[in-house]
Amino acid sequence: MAEMWINMGPQHPMTHGLWNLRVKVEGETILDAEPVIGYLHRGWEKLTEYRTYPQIIPLSDRLCYGSSMTWSHLYCLTIEDLMGIEVPERAEYIRVVVLELQRIASHLMWIAAYGTDLGLLTAFVYCMRERELFLDLLQSVTGARMTYNYPRIGGVRNDLPPDFERDCLRALDYFEKKIDEYEEIFDGSEIFLMRTRGIGILKPADGMNLGVTGATLRGSGVKIDLRKHDPYSVYDELDWEICTHPDCDCYARYRVRMDEMRMSCQIVREALKKMPAGPIRVKAPRNAPKKTAYARVEDPRGEGLMYVIGNGTDKPYRLKVRSPIFVTVSAVPIMLRGYKVADVPSIMGSVDMCLGETDR
Amino acid sequence: MTVGVVGARRIAARATRKAVYSLCEHLKNGLSFEHISCVTGVDKVDHLEVVYHVSSYANGCMIEVTVDVPIDDAEVDSVTAIWEGANWHEREAFELFGIRFKNHPKLERLLLPSDLGYYPFRKEFKLRGR
Repeated sequence: MAEMWINMGPQHPMTHGLWNLRVKVEGETILDAEPVIGYLHRGWEKLTEYRTYPQIIPLSDRLCYGSSMTWSHLYCLTIEDLMGIEVPERAEYIRVVVLELQRIASHLMWIAAYGTDLGLLTAFVYCMRERELFLDLLQSVTGARMTYNYPRIGGVRNDLPPDFERDCLRALDYFEKKIDEYEEIFDGSEIFLMRTRGIGILKPADGMNLGVTGATLRGSGVKIDLRKHDPYSVYDELDWEICTHPDCDCYARYRVRMDEMRMSCQIVREALKKMPAGPIRVKAPRNAPKKTAYARVEDPRGEGLMYVIGNGTDKPYRLKVRSPIFVTVSAVPIMLRGYKVADVPSIMGSVDMCLGETDR
Repeated sequence: MTVGVVGARRIAARATRKAVYSLCEHLKNGLSFEHISCVTGVDKVDHLEVVYHVSSYANGCMIEVTVDVPIDDAEVDSVTAIWEGANWHEREAFELFGIRFKNHPKLERLLLPSDLGYYPFRKEFKLRGR
């Protein structure tokens, strides 16, 4: 049968965001694939060179609309490293709480989208409903639903509102029961299992060589999580486990994210319990010294890294963002080869694409 | 070549562009730095820089390797053969800074239109109205 190239995208129900997947097919079988990105390229790194350090915080929220908290947190972490600022302990605990709430919200959005991809529209409605719980919590802290502008260089913007702990624990109690419900929907669906089990295999050695990180790599059985591996904030003082799954397929990635949501609930509970009283922010200098710095965090999608060069002024000389999905999407041809065209949505959905951070 | 420890789990090194390929090979095969996080291009006006961030899954260390590249002969060996994960980072540094990576499997523009005639992240390219 003749080989041909098919464009899936830029406007296609499979592409969450604006990008294009070119697949080379022979009949129904995928021989090769080539992701085409750049539709959302805004020159983010160049824009930051013309803005002062505090002005970049809301800008870094816009890197990823699904989990903006991690990116503004990563930015503040990098600049704190550059300026040599010690963050008060209470601020670190508040950060951990909001980051984990953000991780749950991000995973819920992923699982809602994945359900839609694979024909489980009930899951979409359910997950979006519970996501509102966490967006409400984050709104009570930060005042915004999605782009928070909450972390600050040297701490966080404001303290937790009164009764936050009560509301948060209530939401977690309710939500943990709901995860069991999702598992019934997904694991009880024969169609979902057929479309994810044994599909999109990524071997651990390939994943590591290709630079794949996050839930995709942990779904290949590699026990790597930067929160444990290269700990930042107060993650090393909390008691939690890395979630992995040995199957290397789309189902394993789904399992890892489900387990991570449970683990995030556990981290939030413990962080709320251990949270000390005290200041939430220290004053940061206006100008940064002439040196370089970098920081890396475990984004819900993988490893996020920012590298900054300060030149003594109030604007960065260069700020580089390492986006996890930018690398993961370069590795998808190896996951797609040999499978059928109908498997593309389940494989591409399982990596949790976010184009804002990919194209920057 | 200089190497130094700059903090907990943080190493910084500076290498010449002739030595960078063999250094990276040794990092991966000899010292088990198996994950490349990032390849960054930097414009220092009188010269360009390529910065590699490589980390080890075994012990959580990260090494930062900085390489100076002259602006009139902006070429450095590609490390894609060592870590496949460097592929798109090098393409990005190529299209935004004009750094050519020798022996790269597909050194083409990635984020921008392929007929763009300039390198927008160089300092000589100014944003409009700024």
